Amino acid sequence: MTEQTKRFREIVLSHLDAAYNLARWLSRSDTDAEDIVQDACLRAFRAFDSFRGDSGRPWLLAIVRNSCNDWLRRNRRGNAEEAYEEELHGGVDAAPLVAGLASPEALFERAELRERIDAALAKLPVPFREAVVLRDLEDLSYREIAQVAQVPIGTVMSRLARGRRLMLAYLATAESGVEDGV
Amino acid sequence: MECSDARELLAAHLDGELRGREALDVARHLETCADCAAAYAALASLRRAVRSEATRYRAPEALEARVRAALPALPRQEPNAVVRSWQRLALGSALASALAIALVIGILVTRPLSDDLVVDDIVASHVRSLMSGHPVDVASSDRHTVKPWFAGKLDYSPPVHDLADQGFPLEGGRVDYVEHRPVAALVYGRHQHTINLYVLPAPVGAANSGPSPESRQGFQLLRWTHGRMAYIAISDAEPAELAQFRSALIARE
Repeated sequence: MTEQTKRFREIVLSHLDAAYNLARWLSRSDTDAEDIVQDACLRAFRAFDSFRGDSGRPWLLAIVRNSCNDWLRRNRRGNAEEAYEEELHGGVDAAPLVAGLASPEALFERAELRERIDAALAKLPVPFREAVVLRDLEDLSYREIAQVAQVPIGTVMSRLARGRRLMLAYLATAESGVEDGV
Repeated sequence: MECSDARELLAAHLDGELRGREALDVARHLETCADCAAAYAALASLRRAVRSEATRYRAPEALEARVRAALPALPRQEPNAVVRSWQRLALGSALASALAIALVIGILVTRPLSDDLVVDDIVASHVRSLMSGHPVDVASSDRHTVKPWFAGKLDYSPPVHDLADQGFPLEGGRVDYVEHRPVAALVYGRHQHTINLYVLPAPVGAANSGPSPESRQGFQLLRWTHGRMAYIAISDAEPAELAQFRSALIARE
């Protein structure tokens, strides 16, 4: 066994949960996430020469993300494009919605917070969901997220800003009982 | 700072990703603007809630087992060893990349290109077969089942032998793509290891040759030509076991 193969094995096995978590959030399906991670592991194995040894996690997650994208394109026909379309046109600004509530804090004090947070995150368009998952669940820096999503840091910044505002809007809308108003 | 500018920066400020002047400007604006301060508080609550409440999905055990099985075998390590090797990794990364480049150049110089691509295909096919959890399309230890199964799927008829009495039980076969053509892949077991044997017609007039062993990405390969067929065996078993496997196979021809 070469030193290189050992390193590959360590990277994949130590970040397998992170890989699966990202694939699961992006695909929103258990079985598809497994297929995506398998595909990504194979790609990672073939592309290991491109790994520069700085940090294995963003490197592996970038490959998972590409596998996800290809998968979304193949299986959801057009959905990925729709998601980016929504980003271009700005989506919804939560500021007025949140301002209209007596206390935004109340959004986080109600029962079933876990379910509501999961639902709001799942509802985000893909580029925003990806940014929030990488930042808040995987604790990547903006620079690392930029590396994974293959976009400039400025784009990461605006995706996180918009993604979080959208989540607040979804939570507020669910709160006021308007399900499909956003 | 205008509210509209501040709003764009609140999330980054919250994440500690603003530096110097920008961070200072946002902080000052928050002290004086109640609306932006409220928006910031809402974002902070959201961030806290996402971090503590959102589901972190864990890789199912079956997936981990499949990936583990597909990766070249590694001696068992105690948990701390992984951390230590990560520290080594940081130190040795420059050296390791240099070695990797040297290795690639070495391979390109010493082998004809198409040959190299075949080996790449073989390694990828082997890993894929292990990872998929379905290494065979026809599962049988009976060569009279496996051999006819290939008829109609390939334009040649690969010899098929069960070597269970030699410690290499035939598990089945499948058709795989190597260098853009369908080829026969026979799957054999060897203790805990899997051997994939690729069988394809040798170039016209090719004499018996080999065996030539090589190691690629932690896998052992053995190549030989015998009776107008080219064979490539790949496994994470020991090189000596592959040599034994080849001898047992040739004895049946």
